[in-house]
Amino acid sequence: MSDLLTDAAERLFAGRAATEQGFDPALWAAVAEAGFAAALLPEDAGGAGTTVAEAMALLRTAAAHAAPIPLAETMLAGRLLALAGLAVPPGVLTLAPVRLADRMALHRDGGGWRLCGSASGIPWARHAAAVVVVAEAAEGPAVVRLDAGGFTLAEGRNLAGEPRDRIDADTRIAAEAAAPAPFDAIALHAAGAALRSVQIAGALAAALALSVQYAQTRVQFGRPIGRFQAIQHSLAILAGQSAAALAAADMATDALARALPPLLVGAAKARAGEAASIGAALAHQVHGAIGFTREYRLHRLTQRLWSWRDEFGNEATWQAAVGRIALAAGPDGLWPTLTAA
Amino acid sequence: MTALEALTFAPPPDPDAATEALRQEVRAFLAAELRDRTPQQRAESWSAADPAFSRRMAARGWIGMTWPRRYGGHQRSALERYVVLEEMLAAGAPVGHHWVADRQSGPNILRNGTEAQRQAILPRIAAGTCSFCIGMSEPDSGSDLAAARTRAERVDGGWRVNGTKVWTSGAHRADYMILFCRTGPAAGEDRHAGASQFLVDMQRARGNGMTVRPILDMRGAHHFNEVSFTDLRLDDDALLGQEGDGWKQVTAELAFERSGPERFLSSFALLTEAVRVLGPAASERAQVAIGRLCAHTLALRRLSRSIAGMLQAGADPALQAALVKDLGNVLEQETVEVVRLLIDTEPAAPEDATLAAVLAHLVLTAPSFSLRGGTREILRGIIARGLGLR
Ligand SMILES: Cc1cc2nc3c(=O)[nH]c(=O)nc-3n(C[C@H](O)[C@H](O)[C@H](O)COP(=O)(O)OP(=O)(O)OC[C@H]3O[C@@H](n4cnc5c(N)ncnc54)[C@H](O)[C@@H]3O)c2cc1C
Repeated sequence: MSDLLTDAAERLFAGRAATEQGFDPALWAAVAEAGFAAALLPEDAGGAGTTVAEAMALLRTAAAHAAPIPLAETMLAGRLLALAGLAVPPGVLTLAPVRLADRMALHRDGGGWRLCGSASGIPWARHAAAVVVVAEAAEGPAVVRLDAGGFTLAEGRNLAGEPRDRIDADTRIAAEAAAPAPFDAIALHAAGAALRSVQIAGALAAALALSVQYAQTRVQFGRPIGRFQAIQHSLAILAGQSAAALAAADMATDALARALPPLLVGAAKARAGEAASIGAALAHQVHGAIGFTREYRLHRLTQRLWSWRDEFGNEATWQAAVGRIALAAGPDGLWPTLTAA
Repeated sequence: MTALEALTFAPPPDPDAATEALRQEVRAFLAAELRDRTPQQRAESWSAADPAFSRRMAARGWIGMTWPRRYGGHQRSALERYVVLEEMLAAGAPVGHHWVADRQSGPNILRNGTEAQRQAILPRIAAGTCSFCIGMSEPDSGSDLAAARTRAERVDGGWRVNGTKVWTSGAHRADYMILFCRTGPAAGEDRHAGASQFLVDMQRARGNGMTVRPILDMRGAHHFNEVSFTDLRLDDDALLGQEGDGWKQVTAELAFERSGPERFLSSFALLTEAVRVLGPAASERAQVAIGRLCAHTLALRRLSRSIAGMLQAGADPALQAALVKDLGNVLEQETVEVVRLLIDTEPAAPEDATLAAVLAHLVLTAPSFSLRGGTREILRGIIARGLGLR
C-alpha cells in the first residue's frame, strides 16, 4: 500500500516542480485530485484512510521534488479542523499563528465570534481558501476557520520564494466556524516543526542524489570529480547527514502520531535542521558554480532547506527544549528518558 | 537497486512488550551490579574487563544471546541483544572481557567454524569464560589490511606462523586470537586472494613461538599489545573457515565490529555527568548544548536500531554500519569538546571521582574513536563506494 502510494506520488511530482516558482495551480489540482492533500484527515472527515506515516512519505516525496504547493500546510490545517470537529473545506488551507510570539484572540460577538490579531510568516496565505487559526478565547484555546476575504494580507516570502504572508484580522466569525481546540498554539508550532523536519529529510535526500549524480558526470582533470577522494568524503558526510535527517523525519512522524511529545519533536527538528545546514553547504561545494545559478535546480532544494530549518523554531530553539527535558531528568533519568522517547 | 537505495535504512522495529520487559530486567541487574562503580570507571565502558561480571551476565543469558541453544546460545532476537548492549553501554558496565567474542569472534566461528570448533568454543564464550582478541593490524598493514604479511605455511599436520601483529587489544588477557594472515603466495594481482583466518589458543601459543609485549597507550595504560610469531606451530584444526577465504571472512567480521551501539555511546558517561553537574536550572546555553547532544544521540539510536533490525531480517547492513560508526564517532568526539566548554573545569587525574576525571579520561581516549574499528577516512571510502563513486 505504502509503496504504491509513494510510487504514484513520485510519478505525479517528477518533472513538474522544476518548471515553476511560487505556486503551481496545475500541480496542486493534480495533488488534490489524487487525495494527497487529505492524507492526514480521519476517514470520517474525508480522509482516504492513509496512515500518518504514509502521509509523511507523500510529503517527503513532494519536498524531494521541491514541489511549489502547500501540501504540508493543507494536510495539517485540515487535521486540526477535523480534530476540533469542524468541517474541512476543499482547497488550499493554511495555519496561524506559526510564530510563538504571534497571538490571535477570539471573543464572543452576539451569536458568533470575533477574531482579532495578526500573524506573520503565514505560509501560502494568499492562495488559501481558509486559514485555520488557533486562537486564545476566554474558555481556552479555540480553532477558528478564517475564510479568505476575512483578513488583510501583506505578501512576503521565504528564501525559496514560497509565500510567507502577514495576515491581520478583525473579523466576525460564524458560530459554526469556531470550536474549542483539543490543543494549543504551542502544539500547532510543534506540529509545524514536525512537518518541516519531514520536508527537510526529503529535500536533503534529493540534494544528495543530485550531488552524487553530478559528481559522476562532471569531468575535471580528465576524470569524473567523484573519483577525487576529497569529493567522495564530502559526499559521504552528506550521505550521513541525509541519513540522520531521515531518522529525524521518522521521529517527527512518530511524534505526529502520538500527541507531539516535545522531546521527540525537538530532537527531530534540531537534528534535521543541523543536517540541512551541513548538507546544503556540501551539496553546493560539490556542484561548483553551476549550483549557484538560477537555471540549475539545486537551489530549489537548498533554498527550501535554508528556509525550513528556521521555520517553526530553529535548531537552537529546539535544542534548548530537548536540553531542558534532559536536564530535568537528571543523571539517573537521562537514559530512561531518551529510550522512552 | 540504485546506489542510494543501497544506503537506505529500514525502519527500526517497534519496541514490543518482550524487549521492554528485558530492558527493565537489565536495568535492575545493573542498578545492583554497578552501585559502587564511579563515573570514571563507567566511562571506560567496553574497554574495562571484569571476568566475574561477564560470568554473572552470562548466567542471565546475555552473552551469545542470538546463537543456537546447542552452542550455549539463547536464540533471542538481534533486537533483544541490542537492548542488552545499549543498556550495558549507557550504564558503563565493564563488558570488556566478553565484548569482542560476543560481537565478532563468536559469530565468525558460528558462521565459518567446524562443528568441533563451535562445540569447543561457543559454549565457553556464552558462559562468559572465554575472551578473544583481534589479530588484524600489523606494523605495515593498518587501514590497508590486505597488505598483511604475517604468514602461515603448511607443514606436516598443521601450519607454521611467522610475523607480527600490533595494536592487539587485550591480547595479554585473551584466551584466543582470530589471526588474519597470508596462506597463499605474496599478494599479486588479486590482493584479496590467499589469506586465511586461524584460531590461536593463546595459552598454548605463549612461549611456544608467540610473544605478547605490552604497548602502553598515551595515558600509560596497558590496553593493546604487539604479538609476534616465530615459527608458531598450529594444528590443522586451527584453520577457521576455508583456506583462502580469509578476506571474505574478515570483511564480514568487520561488519559485526562496526554495527553496534558502542560506536556512538562511548562518551555517554560524560553527557550523564554533565547533566549531573549542570543541574535542572542550567543556563540557556547549556540547555542548547546538552539538547543538541541528546538530539544527535536519539537520531543515532534510531539508525543503530535499524541496523539491528536489518541483521535480524538477514540483510547485510555493512554500509549502514559504516555510516553510523562515522556519525557516531563524530558525536563521541564532539561531546568531549562541548562539555569541556560548558563547564569551566580542568580535566584531572582519575583519583577524584568527578566530572573532571571523566573528562580527563575521554579527552585522552577520544582520538582513538575514529581510528579503532576502521578509521574515519576508510569508513567514508566505504560510504562513497556505496554511493557508487568508487
Ligand atoms: C585503541 C585502539 C585499539 C585497537 N585495537 C586493535 C585490535 O584489537 N586489533 C587490531 O587488529 N587492530 C587494532 N587497532 C588498530 C586499528 O585497526 C588501526 O589503527 C586502524 O586500522 C588504522 O591503521 P593504522 O593505525 O596503521 O593507520 P594508517 O592506516 O597508517 O592510517 C593513518 C592515517 O592515514 C589515513 N589513511 C590510510 N589509508 C588511507 C586511504 N586509502 N585514504 C585516505 N586516508 C587513508 C587513515 O585514515 C589515518 O588517518 C586498534 C587501534 C586503536 C587506536
